[in-house]
Amino acid sequence: MSAPLLRCAGLTCRFGGVVALDRVDFDVGEGEIVGLIGPNGSGKTTLFNVVTGIYRADAGTVAFGDMDIARASAQAICRAGITRTFQRSRMCLPLSVFDNIMIGNHKCLNHGFAFNLLRRSAFAAEFRDNYREARELLQVFSPRLAERIEEPVAGLPMIDRRRIEICRALISRPRMILLDEPSAGMTHEETRELMDDILLVRERMAGLTIVIIEHEMGVIERITDRCAVLNYGRKISEGTFAAIARDSAVQEAYLGVA
Amino acid sequence: MTAITDRRSPGPAVVFAAAATVYGILFLGAEKERALAALIVGAALAVWLAARFGLAEAVRASIGANETAFQAAAVAGVLIAALWFHDEHFVLLMMTTSLLLMVAALGLTVQFGYAGIVNFAGSAFVGIGCYTAAVVTKSAVLPSVFTLPLGGIMAALVGSILILPVLRTRGHYAALVTIAFGILFKTFIEVNDALGGPQGMSVGPLRLAGWSFNDPIRLGSFEASFYLAYLVVALALLALMFVLVRRLERSWIGLAMDAIRLDEIASACYGLDIARWKIVAFTLGNFLAGTAGALYGHVLGFIAPNNFTFGDSLILVSIVLLGGVGNPWGVAVAAAFVVILPEKFQIIQEYRFVLYAVLVILILLFRPEGLLPRRLRAYLPNAGSLR
Repeated sequence: MSAPLLRCAGLTCRFGGVVALDRVDFDVGEGEIVGLIGPNGSGKTTLFNVVTGIYRADAGTVAFGDMDIARASAQAICRAGITRTFQRSRMCLPLSVFDNIMIGNHKCLNHGFAFNLLRRSAFAAEFRDNYREARELLQVFSPRLAERIEEPVAGLPMIDRRRIEICRALISRPRMILLDEPSAGMTHEETRELMDDILLVRERMAGLTIVIIEHEMGVIERITDRCAVLNYGRKISEGTFAAIARDSAVQEAYLGVA
Repeated sequence: MTAITDRRSPGPAVVFAAAATVYGILFLGAEKERALAALIVGAALAVWLAARFGLAEAVRASIGANETAFQAAAVAGVLIAALWFHDEHFVLLMMTTSLLLMVAALGLTVQFGYAGIVNFAGSAFVGIGCYTAAVVTKSAVLPSVFTLPLGGIMAALVGSILILPVLRTRGHYAALVTIAFGILFKTFIEVNDALGGPQGMSVGPLRLAGWSFNDPIRLGSFEASFYLAYLVVALALLALMFVLVRRLERSWIGLAMDAIRLDEIASACYGLDIARWKIVAFTLGNFLAGTAGALYGHVLGFIAPNNFTFGDSLILVSIVLLGGVGNPWGVAVAAAFVVILPEKFQIIQEYRFVLYAVLVILILLFRPEGLLPRRLRAYLPNAGSLR
């Protein structure tokens, strides 16, 4: 394997007396699908928040490609090519499906005043291109949802909101996407559908790297190349799903000491 | 098929604009309180019936499909009403005041409706515009045509003092910051003798190519109040700002402002610069209030600190809440309502703050999105279907 795309070394993040991340080393190679698992409160989402710049690590380094992003703002990290979804879906409910997806495309849109306010025909051209692109992306996930692109998100069920959230993360063609429990609040069948869609999209976006937090072990087994297991903020195991499933430290973390 | 073409026909929109114009003229011309009461009851009944039988929806669809035509019809309607009352100072003053309040409330719409910044100092920014006009006409260094943009620029500049505290506070605390600023502004003017102190100062007329707007208008046998000229300028300013705000909403800028209002964390993760869009919205909103204020200063001819109290700021906020947060048409309707109603009913005049308070509470309880709720963004309203 060449140099990893994302390299976290010795990441530590404390909240008062709680150590949410304790000297975590975590690497992700270009084009890999890596699962991040662990019991509730083990620091998985905190790791995402540190990588995407919402929290600042108390110690340790984060490198993305050849960029040091440990001290970078959330905006700069997004521009560098990392996007994410949220555990509790964060949609702008009163806005339309299209609007929500376009928020994800912010860095690719022209925000100039003259362009937006005066050169309306140029704006219309850019709008149409983006509209088509958003529709095509939605179509991969659900043709039915693509028909509802102009409706407010507030009226859509959870699975559709997840799909929109993933489209929002993908529309800007990031190099890496972090999925925080995409199956939360969905049935097994819906989860399977969503994962199929994610794999389909990945085929079309060659080289997309995915890190996924997930509690459904079936999902993890099916789609990941490799997994890292966290417990109480520490990385306790890493390897293929088959390997970590055999690891006694992992079994202990999930099931307690036998 | 016919149903679709019907929905797009301009008929209902034009009929509505004409009806609104006639109603406006009747209302502005009515003197007796019983006639006014009958008109209000009639309007309420008409709105209820229209909603009941789907007419309101037909009008809305027609306006949505023929927006430019409807905007032109609205401008024409105001002009017709203004010509109808061409020699009545008071009616024209009332109309001009509501047009200018609409401009200021549009500024608040950008701030509060789009970017989510509460501003309880709206009248202070209007006041900055007024005082800019007063100083410019008094010093007579610059021709008075510059007062409008200058008033806006001054309001935006003075507003930049507030940017830091507004960015660092949220919700109630941001509101407190702006309330404090409003009071500070009034006190500053009161103790400042160069700006007339508590007595206030006079504002010279707007002049264009040697012609003073304060001279009565005479064209052959046609004579009109000088307020007519101010009204036309106010209407032009409103039309310009209205189009500007609409385009802003229907652009990536409007989307960015909505996004930071609704979810700052998700916005930051998608690269939106929260501070940048808040600053843009706040500054632009203050600019609008300032330009409206500059012209208002010329119209009034004399201004004093008491014109720009906290109560006046509250009226601006209640216009936005009543009309519909983020909907420019709602703001237009609510501003007309808030200015004209108390002037027509002298009884209300005394109690208007109580009335507004009750109205705002009722709206927040029963129709929190306002009389005319904001609709989904239509980026290209005249393009028809996008598919």
